Amino acid sequence: MPITRDDVRRSALLARLSLTPAEEERFTADLSHILDAFTTLQALPTEDVEVMRPLDSELAPLRDDVVTNPPAADALLAGAPDLHGRLFHVPKIIE
Amino acid sequence: MTPLIDSTLQAAAAGVRSGAHSARELVDAALARIDAVDARLGAMLTVDAEGARAAADAIDRRQAAGEPLGPLAGVPIGVKDNICTRGLRTTAASRLLERFVPAYDATVVARLRAADAVVLGKTNLDEFGMGSSNENSGFHPTRNPWDTSRVPGGSSGGSGAAVAAGECWGALGTDTGGSIRLPASFCGVVGVKPTYGRVSRFGVIAYASSLDQVGVLARTVDDAALLLACIAGHDPLDATTSTRPVPAYVPGHGADLRGLRLGLPREYFVDGMQAEVDTAVRRAVAELEHLGARVQSVSLPHTPYAIATYYLVATAEASSNLARYDGVRYGERVADAGDGVLEMYQRSRAAGFGPEVKRRIMLGTYALSAGYYDAYYLKAQRARALIARDFEAAFAACDALVTAVAPTTAFPLGARTADPLTMYLSDVLTTSVNLAGLPAVVVPCGFDNAGLPIGLQLIGRRFDEATLLRIAAVHEAASGMRGRRPPL
Amino acid sequence: MSRPAVEPVIGLEVHAELLTASKIFCACSAAFGAEPNTNVCPVCLGMPGVLPVLNRRAVEFAIRAGLATGCTIAPRSVFARKNYFYPDLPKGYQISQYELPLCTGGAIEIVVDGTTRRIGLTRIHMEEDTGKNTHDAAVAGSLVDFNRSGVPLLEIVSEPDIRSPEEAGAYLRTLRSILQFLEICDGNMEEGSFRCDANVSVRPVGSSTLGTKVEIKNMNSFRAVERAIAYEIRRQERALADGEPIVQETRLWDADREETRSMRSKEYAHDYRYFPEPDLPPLVVDAAWVADIRARMPELPAERRARFERSLGLSAYDADVLTQRKDVADYFEAGVAAGAPPKDMANWTLTEVLRIVREEKLDHALVIRDWPVSAAQLAGLIRLVADGTINRNTAKALLPKLRGTSQDPAALVAAEGLGQVSDRGALEAVVADVIARCPEQVAQFKAGKEKVLGFLVGQVMKASGGKAAPQVVQELLRTKLAE
Repeated sequence: MPITRDDVRRSALLARLSLTPAEEERFTADLSHILDAFTTLQALPTEDVEVMRPLDSELAPLRDDVVTNPPAADALLAGAPDLHGRLFHVPKIIE
Repeated sequence: MTPLIDSTLQAAAAGVRSGAHSARELVDAALARIDAVDARLGAMLTVDAEGARAAADAIDRRQAAGEPLGPLAGVPIGVKDNICTRGLRTTAASRLLERFVPAYDATVVARLRAADAVVLGKTNLDEFGMGSSNENSGFHPTRNPWDTSRVPGGSSGGSGAAVAAGECWGALGTDTGGSIRLPASFCGVVGVKPTYGRVSRFGVIAYASSLDQVGVLARTVDDAALLLACIAGHDPLDATTSTRPVPAYVPGHGADLRGLRLGLPREYFVDGMQAEVDTAVRRAVAELEHLGARVQSVSLPHTPYAIATYYLVATAEASSNLARYDGVRYGERVADAGDGVLEMYQRSRAAGFGPEVKRRIMLGTYALSAGYYDAYYLKAQRARALIARDFEAAFAACDALVTAVAPTTAFPLGARTADPLTMYLSDVLTTSVNLAGLPAVVVPCGFDNAGLPIGLQLIGRRFDEATLLRIAAVHEAASGMRGRRPPL
Repeated sequence: MSRPAVEPVIGLEVHAELLTASKIFCACSAAFGAEPNTNVCPVCLGMPGVLPVLNRRAVEFAIRAGLATGCTIAPRSVFARKNYFYPDLPKGYQISQYELPLCTGGAIEIVVDGTTRRIGLTRIHMEEDTGKNTHDAAVAGSLVDFNRSGVPLLEIVSEPDIRSPEEAGAYLRTLRSILQFLEICDGNMEEGSFRCDANVSVRPVGSSTLGTKVEIKNMNSFRAVERAIAYEIRRQERALADGEPIVQETRLWDADREETRSMRSKEYAHDYRYFPEPDLPPLVVDAAWVADIRARMPELPAERRARFERSLGLSAYDADVLTQRKDVADYFEAGVAAGAPPKDMANWTLTEVLRIVREEKLDHALVIRDWPVSAAQLAGLIRLVADGTINRNTAKALLPKLRGTSQDPAALVAAEGLGQVSDRGALEAVVADVIARCPEQVAQFKAGKEKVLGFLVGQVMKASGGKAAPQVVQELLRTKLAE
């Protein structure tokens, strides 16, 4: 399955990355090259293989339903790029 | 007498407890060392001189008051900068988190502090742990203390270089596909990648959640064992940590290895392996055999699929883990955010992430997207199970596996940056361990003709770090490699 | 040309916030209504490096919902990441369940126009709520509050078994009542703790294939759901009749304009890229845990209705009305426990108490706490009427006086001298006086006009200040007039 520039654009949109035309070109080539090298994996028969699930044993108990966190301190919000009072401000949401 | 800076971690802590020297003296010695050498290495991203001195002074006051001190009393430790430190900038070597100051400590940092260690500063890495050479740091690369024209390995290259150069007595690293072991090997220090679930990941900036594990880098096996003991164990804040008790990690010097069965995986002696690396590993194996171990050849037949499997699983998880860096609650947002939230996301993320991070987000997004999930992500998860089964079969016949860490010693900066795949192949001997969730220990086993360190990788059963540390300590004592330092 | 007969096919997706004290993956308060961004921590703000840890009670609540609706509880279910970007979604993914949900395959029985229908449930799964985008006229763009981020949610997905807006309404009311009786969700649609999206399609009657479905969002009352679905059915019927295609899309209900409007579909389709959440081990639920939860299940509305009929002898109608709301059923039972005969308690609750509740809109509260009188006080009044201490009218008149107090009705009656006069000696004089004052009516009665007795009784009651026991007065009058 060769990777097209449209595939790259679609993934970039899903990942919310704006790419320059040069980056689009580079990533189209890189991803094709990498996935080409990975095609050996496609030949590996895995139909009967169950996906590994580590840690089915030795599970920790679930958390008790108790509130132990204090109300959030200002310090927790202080690193926000655009704080409006205690609210995070974002540009217009266009759906 | 050994200068303070060259003492072992154990000796440095014991000296603080006994009053032979102060924690402040340790911190000042480390800071002086950083001043002297780090401009050439770039191992540190943030040095917390003030915080470290204050912490040391507090420990010294407690010592003077006769209070008992913890096992890491007063010892300066480096913390990889993808591990959150309360009140101290934590960047993951990403421009996007250049000014991020966590309001919380990672559990491993809290445990270091509880053991009376002093957090000296934050070590450099490949951005978000994505790299094998440390050249992907968003700030500056780290250089190898043995030859500053060469890379220290990645992604915990800052931790490896700092420990090798004597900037700190030990360091925390993280290992997703070899990120502790490669720097340990390239920098000639001991590295421990614990079993998945042995050490808490809470507060550790995620790269690939099912593979990431925090571990330690130190100058000796004893020191590494002590550090590991301080950070290991169940954490109620990490549902993937095991509730299994942590055993005593006492490497046991002078003990021989009689009764121990070692396996040499055939597939790990790969084409294109540097001759000196091959020789050093075989010599180390012969030594271990001489000390009583029985050595046999074993097969891990799915090894050739490890790189593809690793890069598909890791990038898929990474594409999701890095979605939170959206410029809303913390981190950088571009000044020209456009007039809608979509553009704000796209521009902030494009400006904040470096090229390798973008490449991996793109690959992972693609591998998870509709129509490709089964062929890539699910396929890789199934291959992963086969790789894990290979190890289970091998461990039926032996107690540990012995391999090289990488096919080569440290390579020059720039040598593998043109083609991402060439760089990915640096991880050919390390990624399987993460895919299977196993522990591994790296211990120096020799030098190549250029004087660059070569590491020996010991791979064990799940939660059997103790056996690996015992073998490593025996090898360390027999090989004469203990305490070899770069001529900076 | 006549329109072909079409039938609507409706499936509902309900999101119900669980009444746990803390959030699903962190120890922050899950309470509604705090100052913005105070019930938050690094975990529910999606800060770097933090991890989710599952709340046991949230799982228990989900299992309760599953058992109450006859679902199969999966011994092993898996959390998954649903990946998308939105400002109210802190991690860029929502932790939900996808391929292996906790509960599958139950059903809910609804009654519409006396007909019982079974609406299948595809699944009930657990997930985390998002934060909330708010708007401030003075600020361009949006403001985000994460107090709600990480509140535990159940997503309850019905099969496309619903055939009318009325059935959709009945389904939602029944489901909400079940969740309320289970004490796991307060069911407040206005505050968003009980939310509903609808999938609507139409098809020719008799067809077994499904038409193109349209998702409707933004309905925040039962009435809105019914009206939006009714509108959408009409819209699709018209489109079908006019030969216009029905587009698979999401439409928003506009309650002011009473119509659904297309959400301008994005240039790019969503691709949620679900994959198993690596930070959480599979959720393992063993049989013993399920058995324990089953043993501690609260009584459901249907069970309670049956018990009210069977054990307390209520009519089917009374039992049904009393079990519409858990707080009403609880009120009724508290009165019975305090000694009121069940039928009298039902009668007083349904007529007097619920009348005031409705008049004063007290039932707009999720749980009525401000009852006109407490159940114990009402039981006290009922006892006083039953033993003849006061009459029914006096009892009614006492309701406002008892309001907001914890006073014992018997004490109030004694203090205000309101006890019925049934002492014959005291009443005989009054009766004699009334007979003397009303010769005309006395003559009419003696001539056979029975109805006049009521007038005479009224005169006696009036003269006694309403305290006379009507039974005794009547008896005395008959005796005297017969003389």
